[in-house]
Amino acid sequence: MAMTTFRDQISANRWASFWLVVGFIVFVAFVAVVLAITVVSLSTGQATWNEVRTGTIAGIIAAVIAFFLTLLAYFGGDSLVLGVSGAHPLREGEDPELYHVVEEMAIAAGIPMPKIYLIDDTALNAFATGRDPAHGIVAITTGLRERLNRDELQGVLAHEMGHIRNYDIRLMLLLAVLIGVIVMLSDFFWRAIRTGAHWGGTSRSPRYESSNSNSNSRGSRNDGAALLIAILIVLSFILSIIAPILAQIIQLAVSRKREYLADASAVEFTRNPAGLIGALRKLNNDQEILESANRGTAHLYIVNPIKRFSGLSNSMFSSHPPIEDRIRALESLQH
Amino acid sequence: MLAMYSSQLLFAQEQAAKVQEVPWMWISIIAGVVILLIGIAIYNGLVNGRVETQNAWAQIDVQLKRRHDLIPNLVETVKGYAKHEAGTLEKVIQARNAAVGAQGINNQIAAENQLSGALRQLFALSEAYPDLKANTNFLSLQEELKSTENRIGFSRQHYNDSVGKYNASLMRFPNNLVAGFTGFTPVGFYEVAPEEAAAVNQAPKVSF
Repeated sequence: MAMTTFRDQISANRWASFWLVVGFIVFVAFVAVVLAITVVSLSTGQATWNEVRTGTIAGIIAAVIAFFLTLLAYFGGDSLVLGVSGAHPLREGEDPELYHVVEEMAIAAGIPMPKIYLIDDTALNAFATGRDPAHGIVAITTGLRERLNRDELQGVLAHEMGHIRNYDIRLMLLLAVLIGVIVMLSDFFWRAIRTGAHWGGTSRSPRYESSNSNSNSRGSRNDGAALLIAILIVLSFILSIIAPILAQIIQLAVSRKREYLADASAVEFTRNPAGLIGALRKLNNDQEILESANRGTAHLYIVNPIKRFSGLSNSMFSSHPPIEDRIRALESLQH
Repeated sequence: MLAMYSSQLLFAQEQAAKVQEVPWMWISIIAGVVILLIGIAIYNGLVNGRVETQNAWAQIDVQLKRRHDLIPNLVETVKGYAKHEAGTLEKVIQARNAAVGAQGINNQIAAENQLSGALRQLFALSEAYPDLKANTNFLSLQEELKSTENRIGFSRQHYNDSVGKYNASLMRFPNNLVAGFTGFTPVGFYEVAPEEAAAVNQAPKVSF
């Protein structure tokens, strides 16, 4: 039974990765078309076939750029994620026990030996990344490494091997980079609108009211600012429609099923649920925030690294399965 | 009028005959191609399964060889501290040489089980020599061997898992037809002696 489940997961992950890339390229092209038509229409003052044609060309160019961006994400995303999380490779002879446990788990999972990275942080966390099992990477914080005994370490690394063997890492990596780009752009545009609105005087601040010396230059500035704001509003509108969809995608990525399946894979490799249970208990008791994790990479980790999220972000990541439930599921595997 | 009618009838019959003939030929060709493609896919799947079991077996060999290579170093290190334990050391060396020279899977498994027992004795003995237990070389060898024991266990587990999957895939319905035609046969499990099985299950928890 477990066999078909993880094989299903592998093919589901491959398809999801494929559609994510297609969706990303279409989305970027769509934004470029709308943006280009808006810019050209506003500057020429008309909306004819010419403007649409310009928009289409812009869309094609954007799609090509987006395609190369996905290539970059696919082949270079792992170094990007490792760089952002501040991880450094395990040096030769630095920690033979860790190295051995990773080797043992790779053998148990029947995958090539992944590269090992350490994150110098006292927070307790770990993640796996890479584009496929042949290019797998596991990273663990020094805090977690020091707190775990051999059995618990084995459990955590077996969980990460599960993500690698099940191809979760490919989808997670593409999500981290591509969704990261869109989330970053959306943040940037919203900030630009607020700044732009303020700067252009559409929302009159007392500071502008009081300074009369600016009033001459403000007229010419308003035209450019109005155009800019119009563009940004259109873009933000698109992004605000797409944002809940993106949140949904991220939720799918960190769905309970995926984490539970990685936990089950860990037991399949170690035949010892007690190790992972012990590790999860320690992770559950730790409330320290991992500073190097952010909204783009949070879904990669074994437990949510940003524990005290509030507001919008919290609802986005609320599907990270509760550790207590995971422990209970593992305990049911013990006999 | 009648002649015209009958010629029309004849024509209609001819048409009907044509309409009936042509699709059956195409349907059988298409069905044949589809069945052939499915057969090829199943065959390739079985080949992949068999290769996986062979790879898994090779992985066990790699780990056993690694253990054989580590043992002379270990014996040399222990010799310096525990001169009075020559008998135990000799037994380890003998078991190791027997394991290296073992021919055939069953002999090999028996020899490896002997070696595991001898090694456990050696590590139990080291408890009595505090100097030895403090030696960094000994400690690193101990960690290496502990990991190698685990790896032998995990590679055996992976081998047996892949054999189980492969054998089950041979028996499933359309696969068994392809397997019968192309001569795929079930692969044997790596069986462990009962007393050894108990020791293997405990292996990760043992602290030497």
